[in-house]
Parts: sequence; structure tokens; C-alpha cells
Amino acid sequence: MSAQSMKIKLKIWRQADNNSKGAMQDYNLDNVSPDMSFLEMLDLLNENLINSGSDPVAFDHDCREGICGMCSLMINGEAHGPQKLTTTCQLHMRSFKDGDTIIIEPFRAKAFPVHKDLMVDRTAFDEIIAAGGFVSMNAGNAPDGNAIPIGKETAELAMDAAACIGCGACVASCENASAMLFTSAKLSQLALLPQGKAEAKERALGMVKKMDELGFGNCTNAAECEASCPKGIELSNIARMNREFFKSALSNK
Amino acid sequence: MASQACTSGICGYLCSSIGKKQLMGVTAFLLIGFLKAHLLGNFLLLLGPAAFNEYGHKLMSLGPLLIIAEIILLAIFLTHLVLAISLVWQNRKARPVKYYSKQRTGRGATFASNTMPYTGIVILIFICLHLWCFKYGTYYEFDLDGIIVRDLYRTVIEYFANPFYTAWYVLAMIAMGIHLSHGVQSAFQSVGFRHARYTPLIKKLGCALSLFLTVGFSGLSIYGYYISTTLNY
Repeated sequence: MSAQSMKIKLKIWRQADNNSKGAMQDYNLDNVSPDMSFLEMLDLLNENLINSGSDPVAFDHDCREGICGMCSLMINGEAHGPQKLTTTCQLHMRSFKDGDTIIIEPFRAKAFPVHKDLMVDRTAFDEIIAAGGFVSMNAGNAPDGNAIPIGKETAELAMDAAACIGCGACVASCENASAMLFTSAKLSQLALLPQGKAEAKERALGMVKKMDELGFGNCTNAAECEASCPKGIELSNIARMNREFFKSALSNK
Repeated sequence: MASQACTSGICGYLCSSIGKKQLMGVTAFLLIGFLKAHLLGNFLLLLGPAAFNEYGHKLMSLGPLLIIAEIILLAIFLTHLVLAISLVWQNRKARPVKYYSKQRTGRGATFASNTMPYTGIVILIFICLHLWCFKYGTYYEFDLDGIIVRDLYRTVIEYFANPFYTAWYVLAMIAMGIHLSHGVQSAFQSVGFRHARYTPLIKKLGCALSLFLTVGFSGLSIYGYYISTTLNY
């Protein structure tokens, strides 16, 4: 099963830090195995760069198994690359052809400033969570698992929303750099459940306000976010957030 | 808390991204309602000058009621326009550094959703010219069973006698159709209406409505051109 090695051309965004001006830079990379993950391909590039005394390309990564939400990258204009429902770390080089030119850019948004090269600061997402994406409860003995009955369908919907790994692909792929899909997923996973009802109003108002303050764009309902989400978060979450926000704003003093 | 003022009450709602989008949606529904009524009225052109001018006269004879209705319609339109400018402005600011490669998944955005601001501008220019030509256009008189009323039918036919004018109308109506083909379903989503079974239906009905309005309005302008050439009115 020895796969043929590939030669690829890379165009990568290089930027020393947030204050410097960046530019696209070309690289040629040989001996790329189709079985490599996309990040392993970048590791190979960095090895070559380090060996030749150059500065390696900075990019975010952590678990490399598609669950942590650290990897990002705009690959040929698509967040996390061409494969549906897949994070960059789970994308393999067999998705590309020998001789391909691959354009790699950081996720771009005013609220996601570039740290270095392909690495962006996604603290904005943490700030949205801190503005209401939680439930407050007394920690004590573990509560009885079935004390609060929750219907199967509701539980599934909440779980689907909770699948969001907060990678920011929705913001990156949205023409308006809107964070509606992320915010709505983080709101929905709580708003759907009885435990989340108590703070529903403060949550909706707080998260939306924070999201707006951070300079994310507005939603045009074009669904690019849904199309590029590696976890399949659906647009119905945004509709739910719209309802929750309307209810909360209406009853707010 | 100082920031409390912005989250609370109607002002906070209207300042928010979601509030603005919801008001965009509601004004869109109202404007579509107006378009449908406008088109139905225009169909009276097919019945000839008497029917069309009588309709116009009846509307005009509403007097102050008509003026109130016009002011409300203008307010709705301006709200939609101002919100659109504000939203687009914020959207542009949200991504100061553009991508090197074009963003695309091919599974989300459509031509219609990408061009909403541009088709909107075409509609704005169209409406200004449309009011200039017809509402505030040439005043001819028409004898409607002894009552002298405005002969708007003649003004309409005179304008559409110019094939370039007719062509511009058709193009503007196509732009409106494109705008609505995304706008209808988008408005439903903004007000929070989304349903596994009904949303696909809404998308289809939205496109059907856009097609109906586009074909209706542009068909009537082509009819106007046709009448001007055959009847020599």
C-alpha cells in the first residue's frame, strides 16, 4: 500500500506579528505522502524550513483528532479545506492531486487578529461564552441523573448544538465575518434544556451584545457557515437564537 | 452600569445585529405586500384606459388617507434602506483584511445572497425614476363618464413606447426578482421562523413569488410597449 509521493506548491500567508504587514509566500514541497494529514504536511514543510535555517510557519493545532477546535486554516478559500464535516487535522493530502497549488491563509475577521502567520487569536469566542454561555448552579453532591426528565428529541437537539468545537470556521467562511452560528450553538445547547431556562434571558441578551461589541458582522442567511462547519451545526440554531433574543429583548426592563 | 442603557429597551434591541435583521425582515414582508397590491392594480392596464384610470382616480380620491398610507410606505422603505446601509457598513468593517483566494464552498451562498446590496441599489434607483416618471410625471386629462380624471394610462404607454425604457424596466424587475428570491426566505429566518418541513417550502414559494412579481411587472411594461406600437395610442 505504498502510496506515491506527491509534489505540491504552497502559497502561505506569512506575517511576523499582529503589527507587521503580511504577504503570501511560495514554497515547493516534495515527498508528500497522500496518507499524511494536512498538518503533517505542514510539519514536513516546517522541518525543511528549520533545517535550512528559516522561520517555520506558525499554525494552531492541538488534539489532531478533530475534537479540540484548535486547528483552523483557510485552504483554497474553504475553512478547513475541501472535505465536508472535516477539520484541517482530519483532512488528508489524498484530497489533493500531485502538482496542485494549495493556498493557505489564516481565518480572517476583525475579531480574530493574526498572532503570527496562520495563527489567529480567537479569544473573542471565549468572551462570548463568558457573557452568558453558562448555567449557574450550586456545586454539591452529584444530582440524580433522571431527576429532570428531558425528551429524547430535545436532548438530541441540545447535543447537536453542543457538538460545536468553537474553531471559528463559521466566522472565517461567512462573507460578513459573522459569529452567529457559533453564538447560536453555544446558546442553543443551554436554551433547549430545563437547566438553561433560568438564565435564558440574560444569556441571550448578554451573548448577542458581546458578539456585536467584538466587531463580528451580521447574518445574511447565506448559510456558508453551515456549509463549512466541521461539526454540522445547523442554521436552525441561528433561528432559535433570533427567537430567544426577540423574546428576551421584549421582556427586558 | 453604563452599558446597561444599550442592552435594555427598544433602543438596545434596535441597536443589536439581530434586532436590525428582524426589522429588515418585517419591513421586507410589508414591502412585498405592497408590491403584490401594486401588481394587482397594474393588471387593470390590460382592461384598457377606462378601467386603469378609474382605479387611479379611486386611489386619489382617498385624499388624506392616501397621503397617510404613502407616508407609512415611505417610512417602511426608508427603514429598510437605512438598516441595509448600516448592516452592510458593519459587515465590511468586520473583515478589514480580505482573503487572497475567493471564499467558496459552493454549498451555501448563492448569486442572489451575494448581490443583495447591489440588487438593492438597482431597486432604489428604479423607484426614484419610477416615481419621477409616473407619480410626478406628465398630467393628461381623461373623461371618465363625465368626470375629468388623470389619464395615467396615457403617461404609462408614452413611456413604454421607448424600447430602452421598457428594457430598463425589465432589467430592474429582474434585479428585484433576484433580490426577493433570497430575501423572502432570509426574512423568515431572521424573524426566527425555521422548520424542517416548512422552510424548504418557504424557499420554493419565495422563488415562485419573486418570479410572479418579476414576470408580472416586466410583462406589463412589455405589454405597454406592444400597445404603443400597435394601437398608436
